[in-house]
Amino acid sequence: MLRLDCLRSVYSELENYLVVTIMGAVAAELHSLGHRPNFFYLQHAMGLASSTGLGLALCLPERSVIVFDGDGSLLMNLGSLTTMARYRPRNLVHVVFDNESLLSVGGFPTATSAGTDLEGIARAAGIPRAVTVRSVENFRTALADAAHSNELTTIIAKVEATGPSGYITDLSLLENRFQFRRHIQSLKKS
Amino acid sequence: MPVSLTNSKLIYETLKECDIRLVSALPETWLVHLIRLTDEDPEMTLLRLAKEEEAVGISAGAHFAGIKSAMLMQNHGFMASINGIVSFAHLYKIPLLMLISYRGTFGERDPWQTQGGNATEPLLRALGIPYFFLDQVEAVKKRIRHAQTLAESSLQPVAVLLTRDLMWEE
Repeated sequence: MLRLDCLRSVYSELENYLVVTIMGAVAAELHSLGHRPNFFYLQHAMGLASSTGLGLALCLPERSVIVFDGDGSLLMNLGSLTTMARYRPRNLVHVVFDNESLLSVGGFPTATSAGTDLEGIARAAGIPRAVTVRSVENFRTALADAAHSNELTTIIAKVEATGPSGYITDLSLLENRFQFRRHIQSLKKS
Repeated sequence: MPVSLTNSKLIYETLKECDIRLVSALPETWLVHLIRLTDEDPEMTLLRLAKEEEAVGISAGAHFAGIKSAMLMQNHGFMASINGIVSFAHLYKIPLLMLISYRGTFGERDPWQTQGGNATEPLLRALGIPYFFLDQVEAVKKRIRHAQTLAESSLQPVAVLLTRDLMWEE
């Protein structure tokens, strides 16, 4: 399963979410499908995309928030699963693209390549719903189920360790950040 | 416990007056009253963290959502947050109001706090983080308010160091 195909399969539905991605391939691939003002790409600070999504979800309980995380990033901030589970916002979906690799630094294998089970960790941390998917169809279904469940869900999507040739986009970090905040403020007024 | 309840209340009232509605915290002795006051206030959201760096992401999310937040942590927690501060808050110009208990300086009895005491101010200076001390009761309100004003106007992390003189009664 390719991460890009997963993202493409749900791209139209992302209109309904505030989207936070990690750096590297996830950001570049989502951006390649077409940037929207409700997308924020956290191009560094590995591990903090889930924390950002948690902050957004708790502050905006009437909005749906989705985080596109990765195995390398999540492994740097496993404690975030326990904090998310503790406050378990119903409007947050936490997707982890698990390619068992730190792809953007040359493919260093992560612990998930050696048996670490992120779904199991999420579940044991107390995340109410945790699933692993291995096909695009199941990914789509898992996201739809998460939205309908009205419960904090972590979806581990096992994907191949391939990505785009480069990661730099034409969207400056600050432009993205100010546009994202302005977009959220405009939603609050409407 | 000789942590000052009076001064903790004063700090807490100021946070409320500054329109802070979300506080991320990790427990530390000097912060017990502040964390409890936050927890007991229905108008305030308290997030108890596993590690202080999470607070950088949470406060960024709150900022995007238009909610003012504060971070309560020990100076060792500040040190544990530095990558987040640099590669999120500085990189993306995110305002952070960091209230940091300044352990390990003059008067510290716990040997394990002392190295962090030495490193705190040099690190704040190296990172270019504006900071000042909260050491006098009469300056508490003004200094916290001014710290928040600067964080919001400059879109950067600002640190307020909570000192033994203010937080501890013996």
